[in-house]
Amino acid sequence: MITPGAPGPDRFGAGALAHVAGGAPAADRADRLHILRVAGSLVEIACPPTVAMHDLVLLGSAGLPGEVVAIHGDTASVQAYEYTGGLAPGHPADPQGRPLTVRLGPDLLGGVFDGLLRPLGCAGDLLTTSGPATTEAAAWPFTPRVVRGERVGAGDVLGDVGARVPLRLLVPPDLSGEVTRIASAGAYPSDAPLAVVGGDEVRMAQSWPVRKPRPVARRLPADAPLNTGQRAVDLLFPVARGSTVAVPGGFGTGKTMLLQQIAKWCDADVIVYVGCGERGNEMADVIEELAELTDPRTGGRLAERTVTIANTSNMPMMAREASVHTGATVAEYFRDMGLDVVLIADSTSRWAEALREFASRMGELPAEEGYPASLASQLAAFYERAAAVRTQGGATGSVTVIGAVSPPGGDRTEPVTAHTERFVRCLWSLDRDLAYARHYPAVSWSESFSRDAAALSAAHARAGDPGWAERRGRVARQLAEADRLADLVELVGITALPPRERISVLAGRLLREAAIQQSALSPADAYSAPAKTAALVDAVLTVVDRCLEVVDAGTQAEVVEAVDFSPLLRAREAAGPAETAPVTAARDTVLARLAETA
Amino acid sequence: MSGPVEVEYTGVRELRGPLVVVEGVSGVGWDEFATIVLDSGERRHGLVLEVDRDLAVVQVLEDTAGMNRTGTRVAFSGSPMRIPVGAGWLGRVGNGRGEPADGGPPVLGGSYEAVGGAPINPVRREPPNDPVLTGVGAVDVLTTLVRGQKLPVFSAAGLPHLELAVQIAAQATCGGEPFAVVFAGMGLTHADTAFVRDGLAARSAARELVLFLNTADDPVIERLLTPRLALTVAEHLAFAQGRHVLVVMTDMTAYSEALREVSAARGEIPARRAYPGYLYSDLASLYERCGRIRGRPGSLTILPVLTMPAGDITHPVPDLTGYITEGQIVLSADVQAAGTYPPVDPLASLSRLMRKGTGAGRTRADHPAVAAQLIAALARSRQVAELADLIGRAALSPTDLRHLELQDAFRDRFLPQGTDEDRSLDDSLDRAWEVLLTLPRSQLGMLPADLLDTHAPPRREERR
Repeated sequence: MITPGAPGPDRFGAGALAHVAGGAPAADRADRLHILRVAGSLVEIACPPTVAMHDLVLLGSAGLPGEVVAIHGDTASVQAYEYTGGLAPGHPADPQGRPLTVRLGPDLLGGVFDGLLRPLGCAGDLLTTSGPATTEAAAWPFTPRVVRGERVGAGDVLGDVGARVPLRLLVPPDLSGEVTRIASAGAYPSDAPLAVVGGDEVRMAQSWPVRKPRPVARRLPADAPLNTGQRAVDLLFPVARGSTVAVPGGFGTGKTMLLQQIAKWCDADVIVYVGCGERGNEMADVIEELAELTDPRTGGRLAERTVTIANTSNMPMMAREASVHTGATVAEYFRDMGLDVVLIADSTSRWAEALREFASRMGELPAEEGYPASLASQLAAFYERAAAVRTQGGATGSVTVIGAVSPPGGDRTEPVTAHTERFVRCLWSLDRDLAYARHYPAVSWSESFSRDAAALSAAHARAGDPGWAERRGRVARQLAEADRLADLVELVGITALPPRERISVLAGRLLREAAIQQSALSPADAYSAPAKTAALVDAVLTVVDRCLEVVDAGTQAEVVEAVDFSPLLRAREAAGPAETAPVTAARDTVLARLAETA
Repeated sequence: MSGPVEVEYTGVRELRGPLVVVEGVSGVGWDEFATIVLDSGERRHGLVLEVDRDLAVVQVLEDTAGMNRTGTRVAFSGSPMRIPVGAGWLGRVGNGRGEPADGGPPVLGGSYEAVGGAPINPVRREPPNDPVLTGVGAVDVLTTLVRGQKLPVFSAAGLPHLELAVQIAAQATCGGEPFAVVFAGMGLTHADTAFVRDGLAARSAARELVLFLNTADDPVIERLLTPRLALTVAEHLAFAQGRHVLVVMTDMTAYSEALREVSAARGEIPARRAYPGYLYSDLASLYERCGRIRGRPGSLTILPVLTMPAGDITHPVPDLTGYITEGQIVLSADVQAAGTYPPVDPLASLSRLMRKGTGAGRTRADHPAVAAQLIAALARSRQVAELADLIGRAALSPTDLRHLELQDAFRDRFLPQGTDEDRSLDDSLDRAWEVLLTLPRSQLGMLPADLLDTHAPPRREERR
């Protein structure tokens, strides 16, 4: 939530006074505080020399928020975050002397906000220009963990906050000293002062500039797996907590569906879902579903661990530009409490378009396809806000960033896709042919990668699954081999292949249909626990091994192909999200049928 | 449309393309609507593109031909462009400036609304979940249009997309609830315009239709306003008056070309294929105006029609449209060549919201399963047909041959329909069953057994 009325460090006021003291007439001062030029989201204002880059400016009598993006002489260019219709030269401009900040607090959880973190829950049916940000009056249970007189440093825990996800009250990043006051256990609103440290009051709610990453003690290697519950991902292209993922896919390849599945089922503590320039009906759908679904781990509603930032494609374009930074700031706020956070941005291409739009209005020289030359560095900086960290207070936490990319025309050489691929550790490439064949999630096994796989195989081995890397390698080889043979079959027909190759083709089909495909709509299959994923894959691989043995022993390949494998194909639906016994049973049924062919 | 005229400015400094630069203005806001009076007394209209100190850059809707520096007076309305809204539009025809084009009196609404609209709060949106029935079997059964959805028709030059759009506009209903169609034609030829007016005459006479028409020789900038006028009128009919409204917008390619032309005239930096970089956001500002709002009875459904240049689905207009809309109905030249109307390609078409808008209580209990099974069977049929081309029919298995029969049955019994034939959903679904039952029961695994027993008694199966 931005707080337009809140007093910041009064840089502007001081500057103006100095200016007046310097002998300029007072009328001149009033004259300097107005708008000079309006061209869409680009607004030029007269400004005193104290206005700094990235300062927040409130424009017009409605106080539309904007940000200073360039200063030349005594004018400043401001990027307005809302529709500027009706703004005219001469209207007031009010520099706030501080950058765009958002209000962070426990009431973010379960809420839906716009790109500047203003709550949408209390806005009207139609979004017109900004009204005052309202704060919720809910009270949160607080239990102190320090006593008066204790010395604390930045990031230290002052107490526990019993929100929907267990939260902590921390000493703010730039503060340390002696605790001179600490509230007793009880319920407090989020903006009540709960402690005084080094002379400064500490509240649950705090402000933070969105473009400034929150400080940490140090970055840690990302080596713990994030279980997404999606087999195609967990099995083949796993992601570590604190890593980065890009999901490129043309329209209709199921990008949003995959990201929503991860928002629902991955085993992070907090999800920040940024719908950035996407469909309104889709946002309505995800908001409704999260409110209905139960979190398998806590028993609460999934919505209660989720912060949704909804900036649909018809909402102001420049707020879209801010929304990914807003999301990253919210994610870091929860990370600092020692939580694992997943930040999902759908879609970063729309964010890049907002960058392009504004660069074009500023008259910047265009680089590739009209995007500004800074596109690559801005993308890299955004993905760098992901990390597994040791927080200032000594806890471990992480922010994992998953960004969708929407390449125009499915063209993977376009600038946003091409640059993003270089900066991320994992790529889940969605394939139009797979989606067209209704193979979901349509994660391509030939065009995706995970640079976390080696670190994670060690983590899986430590966690008691030493066969993880071997299993992954075999599945990848088997799928690649089946693809290679499929091309051959199209030319010469399946009957021309030797028996072992025919079993390879069969193995590819079994792996795809029994293990890799996953139905987002089925309650049993939408989420797959690591044990179930492993059981499904092991079942298929065991069956494939037996098929090979059978043909090696002289049985005709077509006899093996004609065996009814349907129990194996149905096993992912027949077994519950974390069950393995029905999978083993299906495997044994199929093995028995194979034995009959021998 | 404009409010009271207050101050007239005469200081025209520059005329360039569609732009007028007026000097000496004060208090003029960005995006204001302006009225321009020429020497001859002719009135034109414009929008403020930029205000810089005492200069205002105005884009003239009707073009600047005949305007000079001394005899031109410009007045600003103090607000963005507005249009009167209300039921008075039903049965009327408007032009691309929102003025009556049917020779009738001005439309007087109770209120005026800004044509740009305001985004619907995502939290206040009600997810769409009831169908709009179009009376076109291929659409109703396989790509059901859902109230509040945006579902485009992707077509190519020479295909009957206008016939299909008019047929849907003429036939669509929402189960007897109050319904209206707003039809926006952009860049249509005069022949097409006449076709649209004829085809929709009955609906217009029934006061269920509003037409906004911008012909190919009308000013290009008005082409950009036409869909906005239509949507503004439609929003009022839907959300203030509780009607289910279907907005048909054709042709979105002509619209996008107008956007490109205007962007070039403004000297903006071009992006892909010289379309402006904001094409996605601009299209979204139209398409996203569909939806339903919690606690309000009406709905706004959008059916944009676009022609893919050279049939290329990766062209920016269909591509960006596909990123915004919730599915697509694709027309195919192959089906058209076989003489079938409507030439819908069932496999490339998709309605993403269909799952929520069909089934018991919405359409018919068997509908979702029948649609899914028919798509799956047609996908298999297509593979078999490709195989048959390579290796010959003789080498196909009996099951494969049945799939070829299914494809024939689909093209003979299910798809073809007259341009004025309003086919009931029951009829369409029964035809779908008839097509499906060309396959043996063992190939219909996606249909629950009880449904199969009702529609295909095992006795009949044994006879086969």
